[in-house]
Amino acid sequence: MSLLDTHIGFVEALRAAGLSVSLAEGLDAISALEQVSWHDRETVRAAYAATLVKRQPQRVTFDAVFDIYYPRLVGDGVARERDGDESEPAAGPRDTGPDLERFREALAEALASGDQQTLQDLAAEAVARFGAMPGRGPGLSSWSAYTSLQRVSPAELVDRLVQGLLAEGLDADRAQRTAGRRIGDFTRMVEGDARRRIAEEKGPEHVAGVTVRPTIDRLDFTAARRSDLEEMRREVYPLARRLAARLTKEQHARRRGPLDVRRTVRASIATGGVPLTTHHRPRRPHRTELVVLCDVSGSVANFAQFTLMLVFALREAFSGVRAFTFVDDVAEVSDVFRPGADVAEVMESLAASMSQAAMFGRTNYGRALTRFAEEHPDAIGPRSSLLVLGDGRSNYSDLALPVLADLAGRARHAWWLNPEHPRHWATGDSAADQYGAIVPMVECRNLAQLGEFVHAIA
Amino acid sequence: MAAAEPGEGYPRRVTWFASPADAATRLREAGYLTDDATALTAYLAGALEKPLLVEGPAGVGKTELAKAVARATGAELVRLQCYEGLDEARALYEWNYKKQLLRIQASSGRGSGQDSWSETHDDIFTEEFLLTRPLLGAIRREEPTVLLVDEVDKTDIEVEGLLLEVLSDFQVTIPELGTVTATRRPFVVLTSNASRELSEAVKRRCLFLHLDYPDAERERAIVTSQVPGLDDKVAAQLVDVVVRLRELELKKAPSIAESVDWARTLIALQIGDLDEATVARTLGVVLKHASDQRRAVKELKLATA
Repeated sequence: MSLLDTHIGFVEALRAAGLSVSLAEGLDAISALEQVSWHDRETVRAAYAATLVKRQPQRVTFDAVFDIYYPRLVGDGVARERDGDESEPAAGPRDTGPDLERFREALAEALASGDQQTLQDLAAEAVARFGAMPGRGPGLSSWSAYTSLQRVSPAELVDRLVQGLLAEGLDADRAQRTAGRRIGDFTRMVEGDARRRIAEEKGPEHVAGVTVRPTIDRLDFTAARRSDLEEMRREVYPLARRLAARLTKEQHARRRGPLDVRRTVRASIATGGVPLTTHHRPRRPHRTELVVLCDVSGSVANFAQFTLMLVFALREAFSGVRAFTFVDDVAEVSDVFRPGADVAEVMESLAASMSQAAMFGRTNYGRALTRFAEEHPDAIGPRSSLLVLGDGRSNYSDLALPVLADLAGRARHAWWLNPEHPRHWATGDSAADQYGAIVPMVECRNLAQLGEFVHAIA
Repeated sequence: MAAAEPGEGYPRRVTWFASPADAATRLREAGYLTDDATALTAYLAGALEKPLLVEGPAGVGKTELAKAVARATGAELVRLQCYEGLDEARALYEWNYKKQLLRIQASSGRGSGQDSWSETHDDIFTEEFLLTRPLLGAIRREEPTVLLVDEVDKTDIEVEGLLLEVLSDFQVTIPELGTVTATRRPFVVLTSNASRELSEAVKRRCLFLHLDYPDAERERAIVTSQVPGLDDKVAAQLVDVVVRLRELELKKAPSIAESVDWARTLIALQIGDLDEATVARTLGVVLKHASDQRRAVKELKLATA
């Protein structure tokens, strides 16, 4: 593959992964590469990043694609070939006991010192030695990060690492954290190396399509891992800030109300009766009173949390926000979101309130809606807007459609946010279509969609 | 892949930096410690003569980068501070109405008819009556110039449109005078806090650099270089606490500027050792939310006096 082919393939893969790289930016990247020396891979990466990545959240995706198209080394690299101990790769099992022992010893040392270069080399060795999945023909063999990690099991080295760090004079808490971070880094290195080898075997296009994850604001709530959720939580407040800035700006733009004749005529006296400047009445901003009713059962709890956090972070944009959580019973959680409250504490008290929202622990929309209408009849009035969050999966129970119709009829507006892809609506026990007939149902699967929706109703 | 000599045979009108390494050295001499990516991007911005869009949290040294480039290259810094309601008249140029009016009144006495009208008309739209604002000023300067467009995300969308012509061709069209093209392209730095997404058109024309909090080692170097009197041990302790604070889930993580402030505070209070009680006492310098402070005290297990 020529350099140009690699470049074109790289840019194509970035576009496929959701980065909008224009033709002009591709050309910029080439002229940037002409200006730098190529002996260092990080230089090439930085030159590409400066010209192609224009939004920081996309950087993760960019790095993943870059690693596939511009791998750190090819095969086992130069060093291994020089050693010459890989002359017969197929002969006999290579991951025999003594080898594994020796390898784990080397890994423990490298982890203790935290030397990145050695760790990279060990990650490559781990995949080569313990992760090979030989195929029956050329192009059929593969590499598995999972197998390598199972064999090496770096997690078992945590205790030893912690002991070492404690001896260096760190306190217990930090030693634990540092150890965890280093093991996590090594795991990522092994995964990266397996990707690199698969890309070498099957072509980068194959890998880029499969392994590259969408950026954090396009990641489905339901597909998020634990670490993703933490990252999303960090994104909520910046998102709220951006939305608030946008809202104020738009309100300013719409501030000019109808002509104020009296003031205009008065002002015209100063210019000899010619109304040079017109005066307008300020427009009274309309603010919505929001009632959020959210399903916090296991399947959609994350989604509900993010929506609540975002809505409350933007509470200045609404005249009032009340929030209720339900599983099969209803509990009000508005008090949890005090102004200036700490995010982590809010999450804890939200989790605690979930137990109040469950009576039998199985999602029952019909029961929850009925209880809501009974217990909080004053919550919804002609000024308020109702926002229901949930996937509409009600375990085949009674749906209480008339109750919802009544609530929606009393409210000024009503929406239903569904964190599932529309193709899953009305499948299995989902009552999305029945509820959707009463209340307009909106797809809301990631932070970007959530941001757009909240902006639209504020 | 053969190592190519960078930029050989390229006609360069202005050389800002000779190489990424040169950029790093000269910026360091100007008192700005960069990492490799920052130095490389600064070099590229100069070599490709493209504007540099710098994004990142508040207080990581975005504006300072532009100032450092100006210091390092001996160029003059022209600054356009953006704000809501900034318009053409304050960003680009404006006709000096009062002076024009005077000119018309002065000429109305002598001469008459068509001649004096066209004469006056030609006369009042000349350089003499033009008030240059930062953007036009930076383009017309003969000497090396660094143009800093600060907090570009605070402006309205219309101003972005105005910037497009300036950023892509380094020229400004004044209907009455014609097009003014830069004789010497300025080094343009735009900074943004990402409070609003900039338009694709602006981003496309720029190189992008995201500045983030530095690693512990570089931060220590920054703090000691900014606050000369600081003890090495205290600097290490301070950076250690700041790094731990950034790991917490806070509303506003402490910035580099704030760790420098903290170091200055410790100097002013003549504190030679940053123990837990001192951290708890002076936490207000780095954390500006009450809930953040409570959280820090809890998570770092600080003993409050």
